[in-house]
Parts: sequence; structure tokens; C-alpha cells
Amino acid sequence: MYNFDFPFDNQSILRNRKKIVKSLLNDGSLRLKTKIAVLAGSTANDIISSLELFLLNFGIEPQFYLSDYNKFWEDGVFGNAELDAFSPDIIYIFTTSRNINFFSQPFSISADTANKKISEEFERFKLLWIKLSEKFKCPIIQNNFELLPYRQLGNSDCWNIYGFSNFITTLNFKMSDYARNNNGFFINDINYLSACYGIEKWHDNEVWCMYKCAMSINAVPEVSYSVACIIKSIYGKNKKVIALDLDNTLWDGVIGDEGVDGIEIGNETAVGQSFSEFQKFIKAYSKLGIILTVCSKNDMDNAISGLNHPDSILSPSDFASIKANWDSKDKNIEASASELSLLTDSFVFVDDNPAECSIVTSQLPEVSAISFESVYDAMYKLSRLDFFEITSISSDDMKRAEMYTANAKRSAQQKQFASYDDYLKSLDMTAIIEDFKPVYLKRITQLTNKSNQFNLTTKRYTDSEMLSVFQSNDFVRLYGRLEDKFGDNGIVSVIIGRKFNNILDIELWLMSCRVLKRNMEFAMLDCLVKKCLDLNISEIHGHYLKTSKNSMVSELFRDFGFTITELLPNGDSSWKLMISDYKQKNYSINVKESEFTKNE
Amino acid sequence: MNRSDALKRLTAVFQDVFDDSSLSISDSTTSNDIEDWDSIEHITLISSVENEFKMTFKMREVSGMKNVGEMLNIICERAKK
Repeated sequence: MYNFDFPFDNQSILRNRKKIVKSLLNDGSLRLKTKIAVLAGSTANDIISSLELFLLNFGIEPQFYLSDYNKFWEDGVFGNAELDAFSPDIIYIFTTSRNINFFSQPFSISADTANKKISEEFERFKLLWIKLSEKFKCPIIQNNFELLPYRQLGNSDCWNIYGFSNFITTLNFKMSDYARNNNGFFINDINYLSACYGIEKWHDNEVWCMYKCAMSINAVPEVSYSVACIIKSIYGKNKKVIALDLDNTLWDGVIGDEGVDGIEIGNETAVGQSFSEFQKFIKAYSKLGIILTVCSKNDMDNAISGLNHPDSILSPSDFASIKANWDSKDKNIEASASELSLLTDSFVFVDDNPAECSIVTSQLPEVSAISFESVYDAMYKLSRLDFFEITSISSDDMKRAEMYTANAKRSAQQKQFASYDDYLKSLDMTAIIEDFKPVYLKRITQLTNKSNQFNLTTKRYTDSEMLSVFQSNDFVRLYGRLEDKFGDNGIVSVIIGRKFNNILDIELWLMSCRVLKRNMEFAMLDCLVKKCLDLNISEIHGHYLKTSKNSMVSELFRDFGFTITELLPNGDSSWKLMISDYKQKNYSINVKESEFTKNE
Repeated sequence: MNRSDALKRLTAVFQDVFDDSSLSISDSTTSNDIEDWDSIEHITLISSVENEFKMTFKMREVSGMKNVGEMLNIICERAKK
């Protein structure tokens, strides 16, 4: 199973098509077999090749019939013994504006005649659809028509009765009307696809002249994907659920750190407004019957308070399942799936963090995951990947035709990573951990004032306090910066310890929740111990000062191998580590040995 | 462009398009030497070569190329510009 991200790498799909098809056919999954007749008005072999690839990826194994070149109409209207014997389950009529019989002499005919000519052209196609559906009683997919790159009548081409743009638009309008009134007739909207692709790029006159290909070869995968989406929808293979992250996905900010008043949502700010538009977009999916769930690393109370934000368009009751905890997200998607009695392959997972998407798809390759730069990016991908293509045939009717059980399919899928450690190694993480640098003081100070969850003492610093820490010889300071194959996470962890002879007392230890469960805290500890050894420090003392938000680190020192020296009734605790006993803890992050100079 | 570099990259394109990692091509290779190289795969091949070398063949060239050597000549010449 491949997770194709949008925009597609069309060039790579074309070039590696055979390899991808072979690997899909050999992946051991059971597929629904179907027979597709392609009645084509131009060369369609390349369309079929890509269509096969995308259908296999949707769990459908097609067998194709292809009409002789430009015999789509004759095959359909007069019949063809080979086509009859093939007995298609689905018919795809691959025609384009190249197949329209336009006026040969536009201005030499009257407006009435021109109008009549357009209607006749529509009737020509309509006859084809009627004949085919009478004979084969199967779904018919028909391309509509794309605009041409030339407008000989200028702007009036779109309304003048002699304009080709008007001709095309009128045919499309009539075709849409036919689709509304005829079950089992579906339009593949190449008018939209070509506009998105760029009409000038879409049309390639040279491949038309050389091979009779009706569009640029590089545009072919987009057409095929679109058809594949209609077909998978007809067979009930649409996605059914959107699982959504919360922080920086449904609102801007980290609610665990900033509180419900700190997150941005609503029309007061530009950023807040963009998240409102995203929520509105998601809410519209729920109106179409798509199930929504929450899949977030958060405390449940925080998650609920965010969704109850007065400006939040989505509220807790919009979600069929809310998973807000610190388990890995693939586990939470599995939990939601079993609650809803759905298979995980019905899930689309949306998270701003590509690393979260990657771990979900590595464990559950049948889940489609979308990461994004901006929420508009997420909206575009959700729509262009066409997870929820609507076809009017009842999907329940079609589902009964599925020839295999879902469980068989699930067991055929292997988890890509044997263990979490393997997954961490696959991230190619590199950390820089070293003493503070002047250029980072501002960011470090900001982190001490923002981080609440992974923060042992929640000690806040002003700029001038931080500067005096930086300039003093009484402190051991470390900042950590983490990169992985998806990019640079920036400065994510800070430690400040005060020296008392051979003892280091930790005043501050924090980490951004963005890098939870990546072993970064162990890499920081390794470096801290190393630095203490260099300074002849033999003991490290630590404190956990309990707040309403930092329960996740209440046992951190125990995990680090410290022993507890004091536990107060209010939940605060003190801890001690003898450095001579210490063993290196991090093996998954490559730590760059930077200069451990103190004052630069 | 260096002709032997171009041949290496061109070989990789052929290997991908025909899904045969052992495929080796030379100046004298023609469509008769590669079983899958029919008029249909030719379209994918030409398009993938154009994508690889960020150039386009002229119509006259596509129909006129007799073998891989002639294709390489055009690639090397076009890449110089």
C-alpha cells in the first residue's frame, strides 16, 4: 500500500509504474477483481496503465478492455463482439474536447443552427450512454470536456454562440444535468482537473500530433487517479473517518502549555481565522456523513476545554471518539476503530506533525495520513486526494459485492517496523546539545516561559535573569536542538543546574512536547552527566515541583535512575543521582559533540 | 554534457521504465533489442527521458531517432544549450 501525497510526483509515477504495480501485485493482499471497458477517443494506454496502479492501491484488481483507436462511439452504439464477450463491470468513456465535432464554419451558420449543432453533439454522446447502459447495465464513467488553450473570439468566446468555450461549457452543463437524472452515470471532471493543472500545460499539441494523446503525458496520472477514486467509491472503498490532531491542527498553539485562553481560534486574528475556516471545512464533512474522531497527545481535560472554546466551530459532540492521552497515535486510531466497529483502513489521519503521520503509517499502512504546512494545505490535500468521492449508487449495495473479508486483508499486512526503537532509528535523529549561545538566549528564555507539561520546576526567567545565568560561572547550562529526516525541530530542551562544590542542583529541566517519546531527554541526561564528569561533579540533585500541568514528568527522575530523597505531601519530590553509577541511556539519537566552551 | 554521464542516467531511465535493473544499453541499441519497447512504452520512455534531462525532443527527432546513440546525441547537444 502506497500513501500517495498530493501533489503527486507524476514524473516518478510514470517512470516507475511497472515496479510499483509489480510490488502491489506481490504484496499478498486480496483484491476485488473487476472488468473495466475503456472506450477511448484518443490514445488511452497510458491512462489505463496509471489507472491500474491506483486501483491496485485501492484494493481493486482491474482487467481492461480497450476500444480500437477512436472507436468509442461505434463500439458503444453499434456493439462489438469482443466488448460483448468481455462483459464489463464498469465502462469508462475516455473522451476529451479533441472528440467534439465543433462548427466547421462558425459564422456562416445562423445562431439557431449553431445552437442546434451543440444540442446534436450532446445527443450524439447521450445516445452512446443510453445504448451502453441498456446493454451492459453497469456504471458508466464519462469525462466531461476541458477548455481549449485558444479563444479565437477573446472573452466573448465564453458566451458567444459561435465560441468554442461556450460550446464546451454548454455540453458540460447538459452532461451534468444528465448525471443528476441518471443513476449509475458518473462524470470524471477533467474540466476541473485541467484547470487545476493549468490549461496551457495540460494541452500538449506535440504528443497529440505524434501519438494522439489528448493531454500532456505528465498530466495522465491525475486523470487516472480521479477515475480510480470514482471506481473505489462505487465499490464502497471510500474512507469513512477523519481522525484529527488538536494542537496546531484544530487550533493554533499547544493547549497544555498555553491554556484555553492561549490558543488561537476564531476571527479575532488572522491565524485564528484560518483555523476557523479549517474547522468549518471539517464540519462540512461531518454533514456528509464522515465520522470525526480526535487523536491527540494531550490530557483529556485540556482537549475538551479546547473543543469547548467559545470560538470553536467543532464541539466535543461532533466527535464519535475522542482519544486524548500520551499513547502513540497508531494505538489510539486502533482504539477508535474498535470502538466504532470500523477497520483502520477507513481512517484518514490529519496531523501538522509529519513525524506523527509517519509513525501512524509505518504501523498502520492502510491509514492515509496528511501532514501539512498550513491548514489550507490540509484542506487542499483532503479534497484532491478525494477520500470521500460521492457516487449515488448506495455504497451498502455495492459493499455486498466485495469478495473478501476485511480480516483476511488485515492479516496480510505486515508492520513495517518491528519495534519502536527501530522506528526511532529510522528517523535519523541528530541532536546538538551544548552550552547556551548568545544567539539562542531569547528562544531559551521564551521556552522557560511557555513550557508547562514537560517541565520539572516550571521556573520562569526574565531576559536579564537569563543573561546573568549565562554570564555566571556557577551554572551548568545545556540547550538541545533536534533534527530528524523530516526537518529541524529547533531548540526543544533546556537544562540549568547550579554548582555547589561536587554537587549539581538542577533548577530547570524542560522539553517541548513536540519531541516527546523521541529519547531526547535521555540524550540530554547523557550530556549533562558527561559535562559533570568534566567538572569533577559527582552528584546530581533534582526536584519535581508539582503543578496542575506537569504530571507527565512526576516520575521522570526515577526513569532516569535517580533515587528519591524526599516526598512532600503536596506531591513535590527531591531526587539524587550518583554519577559513578551512571550508564549511557540514549542510543537512538546521534549527538553532535559540540564545543562545550562556557563563555563565547 | 558528458556523454558517458548521460549514458549512465539514460540507462537508469531505461531500467525504471522497463523495470529491468540488469538492462544495459549502448549506442546501437534499438527497440528491437528490448522486448517491451513497443509504441506504447515508447511514449512513457520519451516522456521519462525528457523529465530526466529537463529537455524536450522535437517531433521530427522523436520519429527520426534510429537508435540510442542518436537519442544520446540529441540529449548531449540539447543539454549544452
